[in-house]
Amino acid sequence: MIKKKENSADSWVLRLYVAGQTPKALTAFTNLKKICEEQLNGEYSIEVIDLLRNPQLGADDQIFALPTLVRKLPVPVRKIIGDLSNTERVLVGLDLLPANYIEIK
Amino acid sequence: MKKIEHEIIKRQLPKSATGIQGFDEITGGGLPKGRPILVCGGAGCGKTLFAIEFLVRGATEFNEPGVFMSFEETNDELIANVISLGFDLEDLIKRKKLVLDHVHIERSEIEETGEYDLEALFIRLGYAIDSIGAKRVVLDTIESLFAGLPNQLILRAELRRLFRWLKDKGVTAIITGERGDSKLTRQGLEEYVSDCVIMLDHRVNEQTSTRRLRIVKYRGSIHGTNEYPFLIDENGFSVLPVTSLGLKHVVSNERVSSGITALDNMLEGKGYYRGSTILVSGTAGVGKTSIAAHFAEAACKRGERVLYFCFEESPNQMIRNMLSIGIELEKWVKKGLLQFHATRPTLYGLEMHLAVTHKAVNAFKPDIVILDPINTFVISDKEVEIKAMLMRIVDFLKASQITALFTSLTSSESSLESSEAGISSLIDTWILLRDIELSGERNRGMYVLKSRGMANSNQIREFLLTDHGVELREAYIGLEGVLTGSARIAQEAKESAELLIRKRDIERKKREIEQKRNALEAQISALHFEFESEESEAIKMIEIEQDQIKRLKKDKVQMAESRHVNSDFIDNINLKKKNNL
Repeated sequence: MIKKKENSADSWVLRLYVAGQTPKALTAFTNLKKICEEQLNGEYSIEVIDLLRNPQLGADDQIFALPTLVRKLPVPVRKIIGDLSNTERVLVGLDLLPANYIEIK
Repeated sequence: MKKIEHEIIKRQLPKSATGIQGFDEITGGGLPKGRPILVCGGAGCGKTLFAIEFLVRGATEFNEPGVFMSFEETNDELIANVISLGFDLEDLIKRKKLVLDHVHIERSEIEETGEYDLEALFIRLGYAIDSIGAKRVVLDTIESLFAGLPNQLILRAELRRLFRWLKDKGVTAIITGERGDSKLTRQGLEEYVSDCVIMLDHRVNEQTSTRRLRIVKYRGSIHGTNEYPFLIDENGFSVLPVTSLGLKHVVSNERVSSGITALDNMLEGKGYYRGSTILVSGTAGVGKTSIAAHFAEAACKRGERVLYFCFEESPNQMIRNMLSIGIELEKWVKKGLLQFHATRPTLYGLEMHLAVTHKAVNAFKPDIVILDPINTFVISDKEVEIKAMLMRIVDFLKASQITALFTSLTSSESSLESSEAGISSLIDTWILLRDIELSGERNRGMYVLKSRGMANSNQIREFLLTDHGVELREAYIGLEGVLTGSARIAQEAKESAELLIRKRDIERKKREIEQKRNALEAQISALHFEFESEESEAIKMIEIEQDQIKRLKKDKVQMAESRHVNSDFIDNINLKKKNNL
């Protein structure tokens, strides 16, 4: 388990599920880092879970697609699947943009 | 020859027995081992149950642990749903024979951003399979993914990879799919799973439902191609193969009494064959049930077990009614020799009836089964289906050497012989009851329409229901046909009167002859007497005449002597005398 703590008082707890160091996983991680840096002012933590090493964890968060980003905090839990290349969709998924943002635009 | 057979068996596709009653029979051993199988059908047709039973039987009977990946029901729901079928999933999970994995996909919780794959599903499944060494996998129903994931291209590519992966894993996998409008499944899963496709169907016909199963495709194996009815009851899934039952049952030469002596007499004096099928048909109120009850009572008296299915009367009503004709059934019920099964035919579909019959027969192990009446099914379903069902019942009972008696109600409009739901060809002995209307009366007539393997009476008998049971009378054939009821009684009286007169005539004639003989004899004796007296007189006369002749001769000799005739002359006379003497 790779754990990266940015700040001790996190209001954002994010989990990124991957299976090994696949290009998609790496892209997703890079994209996620970038978005968090830009949007969350350092108040976040990212936990990367490699299902190849811990396959039993997949069932807990109901993971079926990879990569999947799970927003554990703040509640409600949200899931974003894919390599996070579409920033706007990620922001919508994280509730940083209203759900109808893309349509409004 | 044996070697060739052996080789064929060897070359056959390895199969994974499902343990589902009847299914392995029609597929020649079960599902293809190590391949994905598509089970499709509409809502509520039993896909999940089929899959669950495959896993449970695998785990309990064939030592093949299984993984159930559900996309619809949660684990708790699933456990609760199948416990009524006697499947204790929790126990199997504890014993590491089964893994349940619920995949929850909620469209509203998911945001798609760019490239992804379903590797996590593979990992989860792989983890579950490896954790218990599973040989069987069920994905129920993977089509839910289509509702949860918007990107169809990725999904389809991933499904193809999944099925390939399952094959490589060597697990026998059932994939269930909802039936589509024009395709077998809504999402065209048959494109990916092409080794074996099983279709389940749930049809409602005249308000009763029938479940059916069909093997659409089975690569590399021979299989039954028909639609097979199947059941879901408290023991799970069971497929009822029609054709697997051959006509190979052992036949018995033993005869069983019908309980009515006169009827036995019509059947070579011995009654029905054991293990044969008897049909008693007739219009309303002709006494079909009474004949059945007689048969039941006679069997119970012999100590045999009787299972009586009544579809119109309750057992109590039946017992009361039969008591009125002197048949006491209650004591046999109490002794446990007679068991009633009362259900409405419309309660469930034909297949369910068949299954209930099977189950009851297997549990009670009767010598005789009575179905009273069978034609109430006719109302509820199609003739062909009834025939198929009755054929299965008949075959099943024959195979178990059980004598079966069916009663059937015929409506007065249709022909008596043809309307028996087309089952007449299945029947060995067919007794037809009919009412005969004559001179303002309605009477019952009975005859044996056919009876295979025995010389049966061709006579129409009058059939009476008395307080001591059924009685059969010789029917009178008069000028206007069969005479029954009071017409018969009148005829009987007439005939007995005629008989009396004839008897008297004969006696009178006898007397006359006797008198004549006496007279004749008297005459004969009188003549005889006359003759005798005449005869004795004549003899007397003859004697006198002879005496005279003798005397005359004597006199002549004396005269000659006295005249001294020579001795020669005398000698001559003496010689003559001698000669005369």
